[in-house]
Amino acid sequence: MIKTRNLTKIFKIGKKGQDELIAVDALSLEVYRGEVFGFLGPNGAGKTTTVRMLTGLIRPTSGSAQVAGFELGKDDTQIRRNVGFLTESPGMYERLTAEKNLSIFAELYDVPDVEASVNKYLSMLGLWERRHDSVGSFSKGMRQKLAVARALIHEPQILFLDEPTSGLDPEAAKTVRGFIEELKSEGRTIFMTTHNLDEAEKLCDRVGIFQGKLLSLDSPAKLRESLFGRKVVFHLKEMKQSFVDQIETIPELGKLEVVDNKVIVSMKNPEESNPLIIKKLVEAGAEVQFVGEIRHSLEQVYLEMVNNSQRGQA
Amino acid sequence: MKHILTIIRKEWSEVFKNRWVIATMTLVPLLFTALPLVMLATTGNTSPTGGAEMSGLPGDLSASCPGMNAEECIQVYVLNQFMLLFMIMPLMIPTTIAAYSIVGEKTTRSLEPLLATPISTVELLAGKGLAAVIPGILISYGAFGIFVLGSSLLGLSPAVMGYILSPTWLLGILALGPILSVISAIFAIYISSRVSDPRVAEQLSGMVVMPLLMVMFAVMAGKLVLNISFMLIAIIVCAIVAIGMLYLGTLIFDRENILTKWK
Repeated sequence: MIKTRNLTKIFKIGKKGQDELIAVDALSLEVYRGEVFGFLGPNGAGKTTTVRMLTGLIRPTSGSAQVAGFELGKDDTQIRRNVGFLTESPGMYERLTAEKNLSIFAELYDVPDVEASVNKYLSMLGLWERRHDSVGSFSKGMRQKLAVARALIHEPQILFLDEPTSGLDPEAAKTVRGFIEELKSEGRTIFMTTHNLDEAEKLCDRVGIFQGKLLSLDSPAKLRESLFGRKVVFHLKEMKQSFVDQIETIPELGKLEVVDNKVIVSMKNPEESNPLIIKKLVEAGAEVQFVGEIRHSLEQVYLEMVNNSQRGQA
Repeated sequence: MKHILTIIRKEWSEVFKNRWVIATMTLVPLLFTALPLVMLATTGNTSPTGGAEMSGLPGDLSASCPGMNAEECIQVYVLNQFMLLFMIMPLMIPTTIAAYSIVGEKTTRSLEPLLATPISTVELLAGKGLAAVIPGILISYGAFGIFVLGSSLLGLSPAVMGYILSPTWLLGILALGPILSVISAIFAIYISSRVSDPRVAEQLSGMVVMPLLMVMFAVMAGKLVLNISFMLIAIIVCAIVAIGMLYLGTLIFDRENILTKWK
């Protein structure tokens, strides 16, 4: 649904435009139909610039992209017609009612039955009772819901969500996340930028960690694995060197650490190695109390990647 | 065309919910209409002896109103100064709306979602421009209509009424006025796109009135005579300027510039 090849955006900066800022550097990625793709990166990484390019709002300096089957730079109007864009700030017309706000956008997107679509999304997002109120009287969460409705009013198959839960209270953020899950279950393709790594981990099939350039791209689980490997901790009633010796006889295990009564073993495939380790430990007379996998959060992965990139640049 | 109408409706829905904008758009035209009427009513009582005082008028003035008596001639002189207000109106009113049109959306962050729709730049500019121009023209026409009605109620002589409804002023108000409105709206939208503060946009956009004020002062100083030739030339020149500005506008305005460069 989205395919970019060496997509690059360079801004001319300085008073006379003599300096250059590479906001997006040769981005190549593919987002598949029905996928929720998380685009993660620190502030100023170029995430919004990327989304603006992919929605036909700004021109790439070089490279190419296809969005919903349309060529970026050639069919920008068609791209805008076929994608929904939730901007970082809701940006509603505050003096107008919720209903009027949505109907304006429904008309601009040439929605066939404006009234029906507006009513559908007002009801779906729980704003029906407030449809005649001016948006200026809405809470931040309600505005965000309305902005989501606006992005969906023309039933796009691809949705770009720029920081969808940014600045929302936990309850409003949960509502928006729930709605994104609903959209995912409907099979829509979602390209989402976020700072909330927990959210990305819960919602995204794959994530791209980005800082001017793409640092990594995979599912959250595989990213964790590639960076930290998989580690399993065995809690024993008491620790003896013979237990460690027994474990070391098992081939294809990684690093082994002993901390108090715990043995931490790095391994590629815990599903296969764990029963073997437990068997060896029991045979050696160890009493195994607990076994658990040490999971690195996406946040750790993200920080590691971004810090490595910053160190590399320095 | 559908998108243009949507933008016009959107602009009006927003603008006409602001009482201050409505006040500005109605009070100034009312004042501009009342002022010449008061002046005409006053000058109408200054010359009870009519033609007897004609000899006391300056030569230039009496030459500009042949066949009229002194009272009529003074009224024509007054009209010459104040009728230009009906051409300032279509310049002023659009700036009230247009100056806010882009910068207002920038400050409320509603510009990006709007630009993300399939609307073309031409449609967007046309919608925003027409939303500013149409009220300007309608209010100016309405004010002129009230002025004509008021003038006839004042019992002005057929000669003076003929001057008010002469081709010179009809061309000026009914034809040149709308063209000036278009120029004013494009200029204000351009300014609105380049600045980051709505107040600055309004102040700078107000400068569009300056050339017409210069014309007004030249008329007052007796350096310029407004006649049908002047109006025709002004219409042609202003139409060329308006077309040029429209063309330039569509070249200059694009989504990327508005979103990233003009902050």
